[in-house]
Amino acid sequence: MDAVARPRISHGPLPSFTDVLRSELSKLRSVRSTYWTLVAVVCNVGLAALGAIFVPGQLSGHEKETVDPIRLSLGGIHLSQVAFAVLGVLVISSEYSTGMIRTTLSAVPQRRRVLAAKAAVFTVTALVVGMLASFAAYFVFQAFLSDASLRSSIGDPGVLRAVAGGGLFLTVLGLFGLGLGAIIRGSVGAIAAVLGLLFVPPIVAQLLPSSWRDTIGPYLPMHAGSQIFALRHEAGMLGAWSGFAVFCAYAVVTLGAGFVLINRRDA
Amino acid sequence: MIEATGLTKRYGATLAVDDLSFTVPPGQVTGFLGPNGAGKSTTMRMILGLDAPTAGSVTVNGRPYAEYRRPLHEVGALLDARAVHGGRSAYDHLLCLALSNGIGRARVDHVLAQVGLHSVAGKRSGGFSLGMAQRLGIAAALLGDPRVLMFDEPVNGLDPEGVLWIRSLVKLLAAEGRTVFLSSHLMSEMAITADRLVIIGNGRLIRETTVEDFLGSGLDNFVRVRSPRGDVLTTLLEEQGAVVVRQPDNTLSITGSSCDTVGELARANGLTLQELSAHQPTLEQRYMELTRDSVGYHTADGTELTPVER
Repeated sequence: MDAVARPRISHGPLPSFTDVLRSELSKLRSVRSTYWTLVAVVCNVGLAALGAIFVPGQLSGHEKETVDPIRLSLGGIHLSQVAFAVLGVLVISSEYSTGMIRTTLSAVPQRRRVLAAKAAVFTVTALVVGMLASFAAYFVFQAFLSDASLRSSIGDPGVLRAVAGGGLFLTVLGLFGLGLGAIIRGSVGAIAAVLGLLFVPPIVAQLLPSSWRDTIGPYLPMHAGSQIFALRHEAGMLGAWSGFAVFCAYAVVTLGAGFVLINRRDA
Repeated sequence: MIEATGLTKRYGATLAVDDLSFTVPPGQVTGFLGPNGAGKSTTMRMILGLDAPTAGSVTVNGRPYAEYRRPLHEVGALLDARAVHGGRSAYDHLLCLALSNGIGRARVDHVLAQVGLHSVAGKRSGGFSLGMAQRLGIAAALLGDPRVLMFDEPVNGLDPEGVLWIRSLVKLLAAEGRTVFLSSHLMSEMAITADRLVIIGNGRLIRETTVEDFLGSGLDNFVRVRSPRGDVLTTLLEEQGAVVVRQPDNTLSITGSSCDTVGELARANGLTLQELSAHQPTLEQRYMELTRDSVGYHTADGTELTPVER
């Protein structure tokens, strides 16, 4: 046992956010669920290859002109978005479901700093993996494409934005999940919430009178968020960046609520 | 040093902790004792700033816990050994904690060796036995080499070897001058381990005392005597103001006297004594008496149900 009266640095004037960041990075790195997002990369690439090989033959000439080739190449996002949303939730909710949060908040009583570090570490990780998944899918799609009419170049107008948009969408979706995780705290409830908010509103919107549907439809998380990885502007939907801004707003609101609640509630 | 002043926690209609004030001084093992549901864990969570008190305050070495920038250097706590991410290895669990307080990897290895988990450091903690999980929790508490240590029911579910290990560890930590605060619902455990006692029931302070005083105080220390002339002896003792109760086995239980007095009285009056002994109730009996009214759950025959604490 070390000497008790060792000099200490426990209340230095400048709290170290770097320490908390390193701690959170180490947490993310040391659990398996983080590596599931790599499965998302594989899904993206695999589905892109399948899409490139089989889809062109099934499309009519008219469809080939109207289909969005970037959306087609990023078809794997339908799967990988689930992985990113779930990982975002788990970053915080797994601590609440295991009780680990009490240990974490005893080590760092400045709770908002913990949440900020989690969000920062997740953002960087998700951006790297999300961009990798998106660009890999795009280039694999181009490589396997049998039909020249769907071919595009990364330098074509809007293509780079749309492909990078896939990575942005996945990252912000994960942050939306993280915010919901911070609010709801239980893994099961928060995963249900993020997937429910993503998939259910577009279905419900179909049941509404068309005037309502046209008004709120573009602002639903899924519709607003998915514009950033579309090359062609869909009628009635928001533009790429305005849609993305709305999608970001969902993440900001849930994360903001998380920041307020984490200081108010007992751990 | 831990100082609680008027600490109160209300959950809806339930008053979990009620105007609780106590002090835990350094260099000693202080036992935090109370029946299940008495408010021990809630109090410990408030000490760590995890639960906000409804009223009152608590400081650790003179400051509220939340003011510490790197609190692991000041306070080490084991609240719930199972409250770890089971998918993370023991080493990684400790490393994540260490990094958040600027503690190096060498210290992680050191505490792993200290609690005897070195050989399973790379194993996922979800597969640990309760005993191993307790050791991991204690390793986490020791990470920052803190001056204050707090353990919630550390011997719960441990095998005899583990119990012995915890007992000697907490005594060693206190002997090094650290503040050690240890909760338990078992008086017998505290009698062996603790120097001081903070006893609570229904969230209220029942007694703050030393183990020695707790045993020595009280009027229920008695002298037991067996004599063929018990009736004569009884009369003589009662003349001296002692209270004598004849037990079914024909022995006398005498309070308000001592072995010396009874022995002298018998000799002076030529009475034969076949047994003369001093008795004090065990810590356990005394504790049961104290907390009888504050036990949360009674069974029909009066024994206490012991639900598992969180």
